[in-house]
Amino acid sequence: MAKTLFDKIWDAHVVKDIDSTRQVVYIDRHFIHEVTSPQAFSGLRNRNIGLFRTNQTTATADHNVPTLNQHLPIKDPLSRSQVDALSQNCKEFGVELYQLGHELQGIVHVIGPELGITRPGMTIVCGDSHTSTHGAFGNIAFGIGTSQVEQVFASQCLILSKPKTMRITVNGDLQKGVTAKDVILYIISKLTAAGGTGYFVEYAGSTFDSMSMEERMTICNMSIEMGARGGMIAPDETTFKYIKGRKFAPKGEQYDQAIRYWSTLYTDADAVFDVEHSYEAADIGPMLTYGTNPGMGIQVSEHIPNASEYLDPKQLTKSLDYMGLQEGQLLEGQEIQHVFIGSCTNARIEDLRSVAKFVDGKQKADHVQVWIVPGSKQVEQQAKKEGLDKVFANAGFQLREPGCSACLGMNEDKVPAGDYCISTSNRNFEGRQGPGARTILASPLSAAAAAIEGKIVDVRKYLN
Amino acid sequence: MEAFTRFKSTAIPLPIENVDTDQIIPARFLKAITKEGFGDNLFRDWRYNRNNNEVPGFVLNNPKYGGKILVAGKNFGCGSSREHAAWAIDGYGIKVVISSFFADIFKGNALNNGLLPIQVSEDQLDMIFKAIEEDHQAQFEIDLEAQQFTICDNGTQIKFDIDNYKKECLLKGYDDIDYLLDLKEEIVAFENQRTIH
Ligand code: SF4
Repeated sequence: MAKTLFDKIWDAHVVKDIDSTRQVVYIDRHFIHEVTSPQAFSGLRNRNIGLFRTNQTTATADHNVPTLNQHLPIKDPLSRSQVDALSQNCKEFGVELYQLGHELQGIVHVIGPELGITRPGMTIVCGDSHTSTHGAFGNIAFGIGTSQVEQVFASQCLILSKPKTMRITVNGDLQKGVTAKDVILYIISKLTAAGGTGYFVEYAGSTFDSMSMEERMTICNMSIEMGARGGMIAPDETTFKYIKGRKFAPKGEQYDQAIRYWSTLYTDADAVFDVEHSYEAADIGPMLTYGTNPGMGIQVSEHIPNASEYLDPKQLTKSLDYMGLQEGQLLEGQEIQHVFIGSCTNARIEDLRSVAKFVDGKQKADHVQVWIVPGSKQVEQQAKKEGLDKVFANAGFQLREPGCSACLGMNEDKVPAGDYCISTSNRNFEGRQGPGARTILASPLSAAAAAIEGKIVDVRKYLN
Repeated sequence: MEAFTRFKSTAIPLPIENVDTDQIIPARFLKAITKEGFGDNLFRDWRYNRNNNEVPGFVLNNPKYGGKILVAGKNFGCGSSREHAAWAIDGYGIKVVISSFFADIFKGNALNNGLLPIQVSEDQLDMIFKAIEEDHQAQFEIDLEAQQFTICDNGTQIKFDIDNYKKECLLKGYDDIDYLLDLKEEIVAFENQRTIH
């Protein structure tokens, strides 16, 4: 029978059917971080058991960590206690940990791929919703809650119901200045923040085929923002090339064997999805969000909708109140005070390169504070090796140390109440970047352009 | 986990759609390393202003409302996978959340913590909101065994779905880990017949 990519991988991981809707599914790789793991470790202690498969677990500290002076003890006592608890737990239970200061430390969804741990055909989980990022490699990757972290610790399995499948096809070439981030913000604006609920998404079509792995990760990363459990893209030559030679990637004969298997991972021609959507790349322009969920996005050339034409007028009014914006308004020209280039959506080396290339020789606007927070220690090192740090310094951008940072404001990196921040992260929820902070989601290019002008601009005008 | 028993209670109305997990429990409260104490910060930024004073208009600060049932608008619990959202609601003393739609991860997290999400139709949700509006002390009865929710004032009965496995778990007070730990041999056999590439 014809199968989707999702079905092929899922079926290969079913240990047992519990009933007609529930299955025991085997998990190949488990990533953990300091925020959602301590209670799961305590659970193991209470049950007096250890990890079932320690060597399939990888830990890093990312959500809470400061992004300046990482060599000093963490100032915030609560953050410190969480990061310390992770170190102690990993030591006690024998889990490989890339703690603060380690050369491989970074945001969990950035380090998995860059270390070659994330590979096609796997099942991957982490107590973090943006685990969907890993799906860019053609695997089933999704976020779980802390009870499930404990389940995977205890048995390397989860009890799951198979989600429905959705395929999103985008064909054609993107306009200059339009990036993967714009594509996914466009899709979410069409489907709404709940449009993918209950589904696992496969992205297909020539637009994704011609993307780099970094761009595909940006796409899959935000699958969760339309409510989907995860997103995936079938592996191809681009995928295989990216993996080759990475620290934990299969080597030699094992690599060849792996490629033979990975090459079978695609959706069969006549496989059927529960839902299909398709879009044209040419219709997509630079995207910005104006509201308080990632589905509230428009192209830079478009006006914020009027309440009367909006699906949910109450939600729109409430969001615009919070954002200090008006219905019908253009975002172009809107002044901003902060620029955050970072997060597991857009803090890989390619993102930093594209920003550096754009700002080389330019200066940030005086009133704007610009933070560049690399996704990992390796990204930071690579950026320095390539001299990007100098480009940023000359432009007045501050290159900080790796972590989640202002993506969720769990450390000191917060946006003050009432200020506008154009951000390359993935969530514009109320208070996400700090109480009262007003977040406008955009691509790294749009963020860089806003940094230079001190206000929202159409980045395309620089590129033609 | 505590076994889930039949009970009657008043309900707390929250007629807002797309309540996300950052509203349920803002990220800055996720720094704890135990499961206790999250209830105090449930809906923190709606409940308290920046000076930590109660916001009088918010429902949890309104003494007229209370109870073990939270009734909320569509797409409740969207956003991050943080289980802290379920701990915060549970920690506040709520046992049941009613909405016309739940985000996937939240629903799973709730069930894993003995918190019952009940999905009703839009019309039923409106009816429940109306019942609370008309009488803040309106009583509702939850009977998980019978999968039935009753508006006591007028006797309206609403049936709800829950799959058998989860129902059993809630009623008996056990969790997925108990089940999986029993399955060790099968899991090892599964591992032995495949390779991870
Ligand atoms: S960068 Fe943001 S979205 Fe990504 S893992 Fe960290 S907090 Fe979550």
